[in-house]
Parts: sequence; structure tokens; C-alpha cells
Amino acid sequence: MNENETITQPEVFPGVVHPTAGGGILVSSIDDVVNWARSNSLWPLVFGTSCCAIEMMSTASAKYDWSRFGFEVARATPRQADVIIIAGTIVNKMAPVLKRLYDQMADPKWVVAMGACATSGGPFFYNTYSVVKGADHVIPVDVYIAGCPPRPEALLHALITLQQKIKSGLTREQIRSGA
Amino acid sequence: MYRTTNILESNTQSSSLGETGYMVINVGPQHPATHGVLHLVITLSGETIINVEPHLGYIHRSIEKMCESLTYRQFIYTTSRMDYLSSHINNHCCALSVEKGLQIEIPDRAKYIRIILDELTRLASHQLWWGAMAMDIGAITPFFYAFREREMINDIMEETCGARLTMNYMVPGGVMFDLHANFQKRVKEFIAFFKTKIDEYDEILTGNVIFQNRMKGVGILSKEDAISYGCTGPTARGSGVNCDVRKLYPYEIYNNIQFDEITATGCDSFARYEVRMKEMMQSLSIVEQLIDNIPEGDFQAKTKAVLKLPKGEFYTRVETARGEFGVYIVSEGATTPYRIKFRSPGFSNLSALNHMAKGSKIGDLVAIMGSIDLVIPDIDR
Repeated sequence: MNENETITQPEVFPGVVHPTAGGGILVSSIDDVVNWARSNSLWPLVFGTSCCAIEMMSTASAKYDWSRFGFEVARATPRQADVIIIAGTIVNKMAPVLKRLYDQMADPKWVVAMGACATSGGPFFYNTYSVVKGADHVIPVDVYIAGCPPRPEALLHALITLQQKIKSGLTREQIRSGA
Repeated sequence: MYRTTNILESNTQSSSLGETGYMVINVGPQHPATHGVLHLVITLSGETIINVEPHLGYIHRSIEKMCESLTYRQFIYTTSRMDYLSSHINNHCCALSVEKGLQIEIPDRAKYIRIILDELTRLASHQLWWGAMAMDIGAITPFFYAFREREMINDIMEETCGARLTMNYMVPGGVMFDLHANFQKRVKEFIAFFKTKIDEYDEILTGNVIFQNRMKGVGILSKEDAISYGCTGPTARGSGVNCDVRKLYPYEIYNNIQFDEITATGCDSFARYEVRMKEMMQSLSIVEQLIDNIPEGDFQAKTKAVLKLPKGEFYTRVETARGEFGVYIVSEGATTPYRIKFRSPGFSNLSALNHMAKGSKIGDLVAIMGSIDLVIPDIDR
């Protein structure tokens, strides 16, 4: 995405609460509230195939602490997860499994391709017979992260970017066309 | 490119023992306790394990085939991605075998740097194992304790090598750059800090009654079996086998360093746990001995720009955090190897899993797998 293409990003809660006796009345649009809620409780699927999984664990640890942004509920089953972080190489034998995991996730669902392998095959692009050259040959990807493996900050940045995308409520095509 | 395969369909029913009365369940390839993408087909009679059949290949990246088209300087980076927790030590072994072929002697400074970084890598690997294994059997807190210290090592690595995990710092002839100016100070800070924290590791986990009950008497591997399965590293040393390559076939300056080979005779998961915990202290003491005595001089021997190994076969072995890692190069005299074979410790250790798990309860399988510390890309390569 270019610099001049902006995502409409509700920085705070997207609505106004009018206090009344015994509670309050919320004035907002339902889509904004739903997107706001979804973006702040993204549950990732524990899907680490290789080296990037270690950096994903580092991101979960106390120093980087992804729970600050609402990602800490890492789920082992796809049926409870919202976002799949593909942390590592996808090979031909794993590709059907990845597809099945993605299909088992409930909508709405998002995908982050972490690292060079999941993005394009990375260091295993040339001279290999078994590596899928990018996870987007198998499932659609929302955010790509460069690096081999990416730093924990890069993963956090990608997840925050994903949050912004969800909050904006736009598709990739809409973002690209500047809608 | 991705093609549809019928691998999954064929694997779900693949156990030969899936007969009446037995239940066949699949663990993995997507399972948090397999530390990656291992697929186990387990045959159960009630809760008792009858047979465990590992299925490999879910992260087979054809690294050995790749190496045949990479030069002797280039192929080292692929080994960082095999056993990514011992990436320094893997690179070290590759560099050693190329140096063996070229018959070059590396400067003393490079030897010291290599050993210090090897031992720091081993520490970081054991710390991660400690946190991950505790998490497998239900204790979340140790994970955060382990990563607190591990991040310090990562910072040291990053400062000197430029990467946190896959360093590629070893080159044929020495190391790629000189040490960072802060290196000694940072390492000493780490040693002092870790010494105050290692007791916490024991307090929170080792003495815990629940933990001991889950580990003791589980996953028995006798000394004879450990040898016949080809187990190495802490897995075999937990069964009383003397197999530390650093002692048996000392490389670099290991024969000048005071350290003990840790063995235990418990033969169970807890023995393997104890071995790794004590190995952390040994690694720390090795780093302590060397950190003040790094000699001045070159960090890299002079080598030709294009490396050509003479015709022949070269094998070297080192001790990674998981066991004996070997690199076997067959050279035809060209700039690229004719064939490379990696001997990875995880493969042999995994082969003993069926033997260890047979007869125990399904709940213990995770504790057994945690105690042999598998890294799946190391097994599949």
C-alpha cells in the first residue's frame, strides 16, 4: 500500500455514548462497532511450521507481549481462531493441511504470511522440489511480512496493520482503488 | 507449485494395527505439542499406547538437494534453518567440514568466538526447551521465565551477528565479522543475571510434585536401547550413555576447557530433564572460562575467493543442543559439493519415541515428546 492511500482508522471507540439515568445510549453504526470489536480480539491459530514460530513465541513472551493488542489467546484449534499466522515454510505435503485448516476456521477469518518462506518461498525458492512458493498459492493472504525470520516488532506491526484493515471494513481491492 | 494430493486421505487410516478393539488417532500435523508439524498415528487400546508411528515430510524442504547447487560459502545458510535453535552449531559443523577439506587452520580468536557463541546458543536452546516443555504439560509461567533470559542472549547475538535466530555467522576460515565492542560486557552481564535466575527454574518446576509425577518413570529408554536406536545428546545421556562429541572427539579448543559431561542414570523423562538443566550450568561455566581470555588477532583466516574442495569425502561432527550433528560432504573437486548428507540428531531420537511411549498412557506422550526436544525441520531437512 502506498503512503498516500489512507485507511479510515477509528482511533478510539467508533461511537458516542450519551449518558442517561441508569446507563447510557450508544449512537453509532453497527458495522463500525462490530469491526472495532473484531479487530481488538483477534485470536491467532498456533500454526508454526519452522523458524518463524520461534520468533512468534518471542512475540508472545513478556518482552514484546502481543497481548497488549489483543492477540494473546493463541488457539490450537482452527475452529476457535480468527487469524492464521503462517509462521514458516509450506511444503507440498503441508499445503493440503493448511487449506483444510483455513476451511475449518469460522468466518470472518484473516491470514498473515510471516517471513520470506510463507511470502514467496524465500531462501527455498530456487533448486527445491518440495517447497510451495508462497502460501498465497493455497489460501488468500491479507498481510505479508518480510524477513527471515522477521523480528517480533515486524510481526506486531503486521498484526496492527491487520487491525487497521479490519477497522476500515474495506477489501483489498477497495483499499487499492482508494475508496 | 501446489498440487492436490491425496496424502491426508491415505494417512488417516494408515496404521497397520487399526483392527477391531484398537482405536487409531492422529496427532498433528497441526498440534501445539509436536513443536512443529510432526504427524503421529497412535494406536490405542483404551488409554494405553500400543504403537506410535511418526509420519515425516510435512516440512521437508529438500535442503540436501539444494546444497548440491550452492557453493561452499553459500550452503551454510541452509543449515541455520534446519535446527534453528542450534543454528550457530550447525553452521559451525559445516564450516569445520569445509575447513577439513581445504586443510586450513583458523586463528585462535575465531576458535574462541565460535565456542562462546556455540555455548550461548546451547543455553538459549535449552531455555526454550525448558519453557516449551513445561507449557506442553500445562505450566504456562516457565515459558515467560525462560524467554526473559533468552531475549538477553538474542540481543547479544543480534549485536554481534546481525540476526536474532538464523545467524550465518560462521564462514569457512573463521567468523564473518569481529566481535562487537560491547560483546564481553553484555555476556558478563548475562552470566551474572542468569546465575541469580537459574535457582528460580528449579524452584518453580524441578521440585514441583505434579511435575515430578508426570516425568518420573515415564518414557523409559534403557542404555542398550539408546545406543541401538542411535540416540545422542541429552536423550542418550539421560540413559547413561557417554556420547558427548565435545568430550569424545574434541573439536576446536574443547580439549583445553574444563567441563563435565553430564549423564544421568534414571533412563526416564526426568533424567533427560536433569541432564539439560545441568548442561546449562556447564555451558555457562565454559563461557565464563573463555570470555576474559579471547586472544587478539585475526578473526578469519585468509581463504581464496572461490573455494574448491579436493576430490574426496569429508565428515565432521559437533554436539548441538540435541545431540550429534554431522556433515558429510562428497566432493568431486568442483566449487559445489557433489552430495551432502546431514546427520541430524532429532531423526534418531525420534525413532526411539515408539519404544519409549509403548505401554504408557496417552497423556504421557506429550511429556515424553517434550523430554526428547524435537525440532521437526531438523528431522525432515
